[in-house]
Order: sequence, then C-alpha cells, then structure tokens
Amino acid sequence: MNPRRKKRLFIIVSLVILLGAAIGSMLYALQQNIDLFYTPSEILEGKDLGNGKTGAKPQIGQRLRIGGMVVEGSVVRSETNLDVQFKLADTGPMVTIKYNGILPDLFREGQGIVAQGILIAFDTIEASEVLAKHDEEYMPPELAEKMKGIKHVKPKYEEGAKPAY
Amino acid sequence: MWKWLHPYAKAETAYNLCYRLLPYFSWLAAITLIAGSIWGLLYAPADYQQGDSFRIIYFHVPTAIWSMGAYTSMAICGMVGIVWQIKNAELAVYAIAPVGAAFTFLALVTGAVWGKPMWGAWWVWDARLTSELILLFLYLGVIALYNSFEDKRTAARAASILAIVGVVNVPIIHYSVEWWNTLHQGASITKFDKPSISPDMLWPLLLNIAGFLFILAAITCLRLANQILINDARRPWVKALVEQSSTEATSLVKGK
Repeated sequence: MNPRRKKRLFIIVSLVILLGAAIGSMLYALQQNIDLFYTPSEILEGKDLGNGKTGAKPQIGQRLRIGGMVVEGSVVRSETNLDVQFKLADTGPMVTIKYNGILPDLFREGQGIVAQGILIAFDTIEASEVLAKHDEEYMPPELAEKMKGIKHVKPKYEEGAKPAY
Repeated sequence: MWKWLHPYAKAETAYNLCYRLLPYFSWLAAITLIAGSIWGLLYAPADYQQGDSFRIIYFHVPTAIWSMGAYTSMAICGMVGIVWQIKNAELAVYAIAPVGAAFTFLALVTGAVWGKPMWGAWWVWDARLTSELILLFLYLGVIALYNSFEDKRTAARAASILAIVGVVNVPIIHYSVEWWNTLHQGASITKFDKPSISPDMLWPLLLNIAGFLFILAAITCLRLANQILINDARRPWVKALVEQSSTEATSLVKGK
C-alpha cells in the first residue's frame, strides 16, 4: 500500500476507534439512565453496581418505570371499575402496582410487564401506563403446552361473572 | 484477489457487472419473498402468546437486519472510496443510502404496528428503538450531505466520512437489548445458539431475510448503474451506449 493510502487508512481507523471509545465511555457513564426501567429488587435495594456496591434507591414521589413478572395469584380487580392491583417480582422482592385503565392483551399472570408511574410508598407504584413485554421465544400453542406445560388462553369475561383470575 | 477486483474500479466494467447481476437479484428476490411471505403469513402456525399478530415478524426482522447490513456495507464503501480513492465506491455510498433509509423506516413502522397490540404502545424510548431511530437520522444525514455540495467528489467524501463515523451505532443497536433493560426482547436468531423460534416459523423467516437481502442488492445495483451513467454522462462509452440503444429503438419502430 502506498504511504498516502496508508496515512488515510490510519486516520480513518483511528477516527472510528476514538469515536467508539468516546461514545462507549459516554454510554458507560449514563449506564443507569439508559435502562428503560427499574427492576423490583432495584427499587427496594438500590441498583447493583457490581463489586458489592449498590446505587441510590428511588425517592418516594419519583416518576419511574418498573419492569418485572406479574406474580401468580396477585392480580386483584375491582368489581365496579377498572382499578386493578398486582405484584411484580424479579428475583424475590415484590413491588405492588396500582393501575386504573385497560391492560394490554398480553397481560397475564407470570408475564413480564413494564409499568410507568409514581412511587407512592417505598414498595408501591401508582401506574399511569402498563406495557406488556414478551420474550424472544416464538412457538405454536401445542408446542408451548408440551414444553412449558402451560396453556395460554385469553381470559374470557362473562357478563356479571368474576374474571377467571 | 486485488488483481481480480481491480477492473471493477473502471466505470464501464462496474456498470456492466451491475446490469448483469440485476436480473438474477430481482428474480431471486421475487421468488424468495413470495414464497416466504405466503408461507409465513398463511401456513406458519400462530404463536402461543401473540396469536396471528406475531406474523409481522416476517417483515420487521428482515428490514431491521438489513437496515444495519446496508449501513455497514455503505460504511465499507465509504472507507474504500476515501482510502483508495475509487470513484465507484463513492457512488456506491450514495446508491445504498436511500435503500437503507427505506429499510430503517420500514423496520420502525412495522415495529410500531407490532408494538401497539403487543406492548400497548406505538413507541417507547428504550435503547433499541432509540438507536434504530438514530440510524435513520444517520442515513438521512448521509443523503443530505451528499446533495448539499455542488462538487460531487467533495460531496462523496463528506458523506463517506459521516457514513464511516456512524458505523459506531451499529453494534449499539445490536447489543442494546443485552446491555440495558429494554422493552424490546432479545434476538431470536443468533449464530452460535439454537434459535428460540420453532423451526416451522423459522424457515419462512429465513426465506424473507434472504429475500430482503436480494431486494437490497437489486435496488443497489440499479442505483449504482444509474449513478455511474450520470457521473460519466460525457464519456465516449456512455455516448456509444446511448447511440446503440437509440438505433435499437428506431429499428424496433421501423420494423413495426
């Protein structure tokens, strides 16, 4: 390769490496803020920063998003309006979510969800939006039944009857 | 290998190659896309959780993959153009950019349409969605920069530098779902692992991924050939080409 081309190649490669390093360190510094949501254990115990340290816990009154699994059997619906209350967990600690509104189609017990709202007590969130998260596994229903032993059926609501869950 | 590549630095050879490849890519794209879409939309089983709504995966995933693939190839062309000063590579940057931008736009739109029924929101500012939006802006930046200079060599150099610099975003898009908590789920198909999508759903997806690659290649060939013609409009070989096709046209008319 002749020296001029070598020089240009060197400039471009170093430009990309420098920029990559700059953006990399920026993203590293902003690490906590890029996460879309807190997990329940992060809300109760603070974010795990590695090497045994934990970050600050969110303040009461803070607007935040939380993501976790809906705890089986924790969904309580109101008989008269759209109020719904359920617990979210990831590895153990549980956070209660209160919500008034229509839940997404994929909302089920055991399903991952992301809720946005205000922390009203150290373990309770008043949500203004509930989003369903799904995983990257796609399979036909028969296979899911065989592999996971679960049968996913959409809850059916009969008039006047209490919902199935 | 370099000896074999060298002739394609010449405009005429590159133009002829593009036109020779174009029908193959177009036919392959048509066949794989029709087969993959019909298979995926009509015959693949419905998902256990998402039902029929998951079928938008057959358009969302291919466009998203090739929005990144197109960007990477555009950046490589930009680098070749700047380091080795090969004009065809500079033209290729501008040939790929709008196609990649269209793919990115399609990925964002199909993602929003999928997100509304499944997540409950058209748009969420999570890392995956935001970095893909930045990719769209990078494409638009490359196109705008290329068009904002009178002198096309300067324009191509500026656009190439932006394309190369922006390549930093590509790994961020790919790894965003692993590095951070996102609403977007992780990858279903990876090179090293068993795909987490059942085989009868995977095959049509792979067909469509191949199909969108062929479409990308076909449109790029067509655009590159046109760019070469525009760039060399005053060269004798283009004039000869025009005269040849116009005599063919007149003989067709007379023959009628």
